[in-house]
Amino acid sequence: MFRTAKAAALAFGVSVMAMGSARAVEIEYWQYVFDSRVKAMDQLIAKFEAANPGITVKHTTFPYADYQTRVVAAKAAGQGPDVVQLFYGWLDNFVTGELIQPLDPAVFPHAEIEGEFFPIVEAMKRGEDYYGLPTAVRSLALFYNNDLLEKAGVEPPANLEEFLKVAEATTQRDGSGNILSAGVTLDMAGQDHHWWREVLIRQNGGEPYDAEGNVAYDSEAGAAALKFYTDLQTEQKVGLLGFMDEGQAAFRAGLAAMTIDGTFRLGAFAANPFAWGVVELPADAEGARSNYSSYFANAIGATARGEELEAAQKFLAYIASPEAMGIWLETVGELPARRAVALTEENLNDPIRAPFLKGLEYAHTTRFYDEAAQRQTAIDMVNRVLLQNQPVAEAVAEAARAEQAIIDAARK
Amino acid sequence: MSAGLEASGRLIRPGRILAWTLLFIGGLIMATPLLYMFSTSLKTSGQVYDLRLIPTDPTLKNYVEVLKDGRFLRWFLNSLLIATAVTLSNLIFDSLVGYTLAKFRFRGRAFVFIAILSTLMIPTEMLVIPWYLMSSQFGWLDSYWGIMFPGMMSAFGAFLMKQFFETVPDDFLEAARVDGLGEFAIWWRIAMPMVTPALSALAIFSFLGNWTAFFWPLIVTTSRDLYTLPVGISSFSAESSIRWEMIMTGAALGTIPTLALFLVLQRYIVRGVMLAGLKG
Amino acid sequence: MTPERAAEGLVPEAKSLRLWDRLGIKTKQAVWAWIFLALPIAFYVGIRFYPTAQAFWLSLTDWNLLRPPNFVGLRNYAKMFADPVFWKVFQNTFLYLILGTPISLVLAFFIAWNLDRVRFMHGFIRALYFLPFLTTAAAMGWVWRWFYQPLPIGAINGFLSWLGLAQQPFLRSTTQALPAVLVPAIWAGLGFQVIIFLAGLRAIPQTYFEAARIDGLGEWAILRKITLPLLKPTTVFLVVFSSIGFLRIFDQVYNMTTNDPGGPLNATKPLVLMIYQTAFSSYQMGYAAAQTVVLFTILLIVSLIQLYVMREKT
Repeated sequence: MFRTAKAAALAFGVSVMAMGSARAVEIEYWQYVFDSRVKAMDQLIAKFEAANPGITVKHTTFPYADYQTRVVAAKAAGQGPDVVQLFYGWLDNFVTGELIQPLDPAVFPHAEIEGEFFPIVEAMKRGEDYYGLPTAVRSLALFYNNDLLEKAGVEPPANLEEFLKVAEATTQRDGSGNILSAGVTLDMAGQDHHWWREVLIRQNGGEPYDAEGNVAYDSEAGAAALKFYTDLQTEQKVGLLGFMDEGQAAFRAGLAAMTIDGTFRLGAFAANPFAWGVVELPADAEGARSNYSSYFANAIGATARGEELEAAQKFLAYIASPEAMGIWLETVGELPARRAVALTEENLNDPIRAPFLKGLEYAHTTRFYDEAAQRQTAIDMVNRVLLQNQPVAEAVAEAARAEQAIIDAARK
Repeated sequence: MSAGLEASGRLIRPGRILAWTLLFIGGLIMATPLLYMFSTSLKTSGQVYDLRLIPTDPTLKNYVEVLKDGRFLRWFLNSLLIATAVTLSNLIFDSLVGYTLAKFRFRGRAFVFIAILSTLMIPTEMLVIPWYLMSSQFGWLDSYWGIMFPGMMSAFGAFLMKQFFETVPDDFLEAARVDGLGEFAIWWRIAMPMVTPALSALAIFSFLGNWTAFFWPLIVTTSRDLYTLPVGISSFSAESSIRWEMIMTGAALGTIPTLALFLVLQRYIVRGVMLAGLKG
Repeated sequence: MTPERAAEGLVPEAKSLRLWDRLGIKTKQAVWAWIFLALPIAFYVGIRFYPTAQAFWLSLTDWNLLRPPNFVGLRNYAKMFADPVFWKVFQNTFLYLILGTPISLVLAFFIAWNLDRVRFMHGFIRALYFLPFLTTAAAMGWVWRWFYQPLPIGAINGFLSWLGLAQQPFLRSTTQALPAVLVPAIWAGLGFQVIIFLAGLRAIPQTYFEAARIDGLGEWAILRKITLPLLKPTTVFLVVFSSIGFLRIFDQVYNMTTNDPGGPLNATKPLVLMIYQTAFSSYQMGYAAAQTVVLFTILLIVSLIQLYVMREKT
């Protein structure tokens, strides 16, 4: 069909060109605002449009805070996007809200998805259907400020014991003990709640959730993990919740020696005016490691039909292609979601990418029902300990009850 | 005043100097946040931690960076357009309502007046959910009209204008009627010019209120191009990865227009606020 | 419609002239009144009264944007009254009111009372107090958030540390956060209240004061016996106006706590932020509507109580 339009244009000249372009399909792509992601997607769209002259893609972005609401509101108004980005933890909301449609197995064969993508793509499957495909996956690692480490005469830590030593050595305090430069950032609203949930609890011999997906961290392991975390502020005094408002801001300002963050931060940290590096998240005393991996997937909007559906499928296939993943890696820093594109010799030898790729091998992916609400329970838990001196075990128990209530409500 | 001085003699003078000094210091404290905002907007990211008020090496670099992609200009123009349109609408309709309720005698007048006045008791927050529903049904979400429609008339304005129209002598209006002027023309050409101080007070209030409005524009706008300045500043700040010098620059850009306007129109603004406050 | 109809009326030769002429002056007035009021009445009915009724109705439904609303009776209210977060928010909302209104009014009155007697640099000092009123709360929330940061970046903590005092957590404390959010709200509204008080003070005829001075009354006695009673209408207006403002506080909280909205541990969350989150973050529109009904009721009761208490002698 697009070919006919093109042929007609060639044959009849400019006036028919106008008609041809009037027949072109416009699809809408939505994602949230994050500078490097927007830039990367603009590049992908330009390439896609050049390869598919009949299709134009309108790129719309919203602030992260109310991104979900925008998608829901648009659905309610009957004008949703054709291709939409979603966090894997929102999938249940999006499926039950009928915001997206399952991928057609004829266009996206399951065997290909399961064979070529990292296994965490499984989180996009409900029943027999896949609902979306990621361009990139993310994992966590420990970023360190090399200038501060060198000044303190320490090496990047490999395990938690060294981690505490490095934090202590790099913390700078004034005469009254106020932190002027932190050893490590504490930012539960950032990535720290994943670190606690999927890494510290496991390293203390526990499990965050049981096989049915119920909360299982109301245990000694959960409490020990929380104690380790809150002790960073109360005992070791190497960090302060809210220092410089956000952990990433403190690190970027050169006022924190270490921070735990994800691949997506690589772009923002590129301009840091100091030498920095990345290592795997610290192992425990036995050398056991864990990590948290996650991703944003792209899905096809429930309202896409006919021509638009076809165009949306083409676009989704393109942004999940090896080429797109390469561009995403260069621009955003997030790891390609296909094994073959990610695990290249070059990437595995890259000092920045390698720690994240290694982390991916032993990473866990939390099954979120309501990611924002579940994160809030972890934020509140830490606040109760740090601001209200609630005993650690009680704080964990209360968080477990609150999070289980969210899970129960979502399952109803 | 001279009587006061004589009555209390020496006791008052040192008291007055103390009062003046305290007032002055209080005023400086009031201005400090704004001064710091401007000062930080002139610093580089490395100097933000230097808490001295006067930047050692002031630069306009932040302003260039914030302004270069044009979005602040766009938000500024959006706010200007919306605040102006809503203000004009308020000037016309609020005074029409106020005039009618003040100058016409008809059955149901008291009822209409009380009904309109009673809407002052309904908080905007209660209406936003129905407005949101209405906007999504009529396709007003994410449009200028969607931002503007709830504020096109205000009960406060109608009440204020009614108070002022009541001071206009009926004789003037009757004389105009005898001269054969239509009712519409009597309102527009005779009555309106007699309440210009009230109109300017209403204009100032309405403009300022809409210029700084945040809650409803935050809800009804989705695309960045339609943000008003407050919503734009808020989202710009939240997405800035906490770069304080940039946040302060954005805040300063949002503050400069009203401050500039105030410096030019200080007299009228203060008088307008006094008028509205006293009669309202 | 109104302008066109009204414009026709300007022309005496209009078609309906004969019928029109037969109408009495009173009827003519009534017709014109309703013509003038037609569009405004449509507006107030369609954009104020109907949505109010709809908000009450929605509060009895489970509407969530995705599915059409179902009637659920008082279930939203039962859920709300059983939710400890709601009661925390309820308490916060009143704290904003109970702290904000008296503090700002007392400050504003004393500033205005002194400013009224100051001639030297009167305009300049008045401008200093008034400037914050012209700022945008959304932008100033961020400025104040920066002020409250811990060392080494926060200006207030920098000042405290320079004085040799201990650092304060401000927004990172469950007890200090609410007052810390309240300060910029008071700061921004103070100038308006000062101006209104100034206007009220000027409206008191000077002869009252002169007579009192001749009678030998001291400054305090004049303040208590003459100034304050005569200022009552102004005070009533400001109490009602600022109470409503503090009960509806949102912009400052929203912008000062974006990482943990209304936090830490809901210490700063006012009712309007809860409504916003319920409606526009978790899109439980019916539940949010029930919360707005509570807000409406609070505003109504508080305003009525205030008008009643301050009614005498005005």
